[in-house]
Amino acid sequence: MAFNYDQYLRTDKMPTLWCWGCGDGIILKALIRAIDKLGWSMDDVCVVSGIGCSGRFSSYIDCNTVHTTHGRTVAYATGIKLANPDKHVICVAGDGDGLAIGGNHTIHGCRRNIDINFILINNFIYGLTNSQVSPTTPKGMWAVTTQYGNVDPTFDACELAKGSGATFIARETVTDPRKLEKMFIKGFQHKGFSFFDVLSNCHVNLGRKNKMGEAIQNQEWIDSITMPLKKWEKLSDEEKKAYFPTGILHHDESQMEYCEAYDLVIEAAQNKKKVDVPIEIKPK
Amino acid sequence: MAREVISSGNELAAKAAIDAGCRFFGGYPITPSSEVAHEMSVLLPKVGGKFIQMEDEIAGICVALGASMSGVKSMTNTSGPGMSLKAEQIGLGFVAEVPLVITNVMRGGPSTGLPTRVQQGDVMMSRYPTHGDYKSVTFCPGNLSECYTEVVRAFNVAEELMTPVIVLLDETIGHMVGKAVLPDLEEVEANTVNRAQPDPNIPKNEFLPYDVPSDKPAVLPKFFQGYHYHVTGLHHGPTGFPTEDAVLCQNLIERLHRKIDVRRKDLLDSWEEYMLDDAEYMIFCYGSVSLAAREVVDRLRSEGKKIGMFRPKTLWPSPEEKIAELAQRFPAEKILMPELNMGQYINEVERIMKQRPVALNKANGRPISPTEMIEKLKEMGI
Repeated sequence: MAFNYDQYLRTDKMPTLWCWGCGDGIILKALIRAIDKLGWSMDDVCVVSGIGCSGRFSSYIDCNTVHTTHGRTVAYATGIKLANPDKHVICVAGDGDGLAIGGNHTIHGCRRNIDINFILINNFIYGLTNSQVSPTTPKGMWAVTTQYGNVDPTFDACELAKGSGATFIARETVTDPRKLEKMFIKGFQHKGFSFFDVLSNCHVNLGRKNKMGEAIQNQEWIDSITMPLKKWEKLSDEEKKAYFPTGILHHDESQMEYCEAYDLVIEAAQNKKKVDVPIEIKPK
Repeated sequence: MAREVISSGNELAAKAAIDAGCRFFGGYPITPSSEVAHEMSVLLPKVGGKFIQMEDEIAGICVALGASMSGVKSMTNTSGPGMSLKAEQIGLGFVAEVPLVITNVMRGGPSTGLPTRVQQGDVMMSRYPTHGDYKSVTFCPGNLSECYTEVVRAFNVAEELMTPVIVLLDETIGHMVGKAVLPDLEEVEANTVNRAQPDPNIPKNEFLPYDVPSDKPAVLPKFFQGYHYHVTGLHHGPTGFPTEDAVLCQNLIERLHRKIDVRRKDLLDSWEEYMLDDAEYMIFCYGSVSLAAREVVDRLRSEGKKIGMFRPKTLWPSPEEKIAELAQRFPAEKILMPELNMGQYINEVERIMKQRPVALNKANGRPISPTEMIEKLKEMGI
């Protein structure tokens, strides 16, 4: 029997605002299947989004949902999670939302290792506001604010997450929804900050002017710039530059989760002592 | 039994928050307000609450709004530059109707200004802290005890009206250390207001958080209770979901105004009159300036001069009828209005009184001394 998405959706809000062929719907469906497989009650889930096409994600899924301001998704979600540590908090942000205006919060969400699931919908462009350049727009491409060609260096979001201390980092694309679902399941079960870099197509705002064709051709382009991690690792350093590795890129279960760490503070305060945490000079 | 403590204004603001039921604090360090955060970091975990120092001022208010919308009474704290940075999120608090207490310990501005010195430069900013149209609520303590009582009041009003409430301290009052008389804890707890929760007879899947009368605040249930509602900074109708419907958008903004307006007289209006009954001259002031003004009244009274002081504790919305009534009793040339800015609240007073009091302004980070006020009053003919 076909999977029944309707029980997880606000069906009265359909159709979505997203363009025909947009990858966002594929991500939404993979997310729903992951929640279903994990058996989570939707009463225990909060989805928090920011501004942009990805910002509307929270409108469509049936649970406590918050549509925050531009870039601040992780900061709002941190408050919701810290106040409700036993609940599931999922953030959805675009590449402009999560890496440009909200980059600081992404860094510090990763650094704290708070148990938030952060889905970066990375479509390489500002879509909702009509084609402005984003931190992940490939160098050389057209955007409405880089009409002579983008000269900004290309950016790897997973490297940022790694350097910032996220303890689960994975990348998949909308061209393989099953892998996407598996990645979510694995990451949602991880206790700590889970960072998902999901490469998605925006054939309307990135594709059209860069002569990349329709949705399918855009997805083929995404396939052409990605490679499973195991395969990618065998490439030479020079060859590696042409591809984003996909799969689980980093998984460290040895670090303490932030809400649990704060419980130590509460315990210390209530027993008039200092937390029993050794001084650590450098990250392990 | 009232309590007597020796403390600073900033520490009293923190103590008040805990006593009022605040269990979450998010913020970012900034002079001269940081002691509020320092104290909260000590007090909150003791009562099982959460304190978090965020990566910037914006995140400081976001995290507090997030915790609050999920159902936990929350606070953030800052000073001028931080208020500027928090502006956009305050707007989300207004439109999504998320209760929050924001203490702004005013310092010299604009920009980095005079970080360790006093100013009352953020008075108009408190009326319009963010873009768009809305009614803001701002309290202004005039002494140490009120750093406690006004913060308690702010929490209760925030929950009652489902809106952010600003408490304007300033560097003088925030850093001043002295004796404060506080209401009994049982009294504070007995008067604690908690936000309204839905009628349990309404099925959870039929509940609409913003489907309230045109002069009432939204009813926002705690998260994770089975009410799958949507919170957004976009204009929204009764369901809480974004809309561009002309009628619904107009209704929303009108309701955000009305829910404050209809409760102004019974819930918000608050002021102090000092020696005003037989007074011929009046000092109209607020905040820490009132400490010097009180001394001026005492000194001049000892010389037989008939002078008193009026001091609003709620700056926004302003107590209009009361200010209009004062205009009947005092001609403008006998009202002195000292402000630690170049004249901000005086414009509101003039709007209501239809006459402009005599201004005494200073914006160089120094307080206005009693002697300076007396000199000005002598020029006015006292």
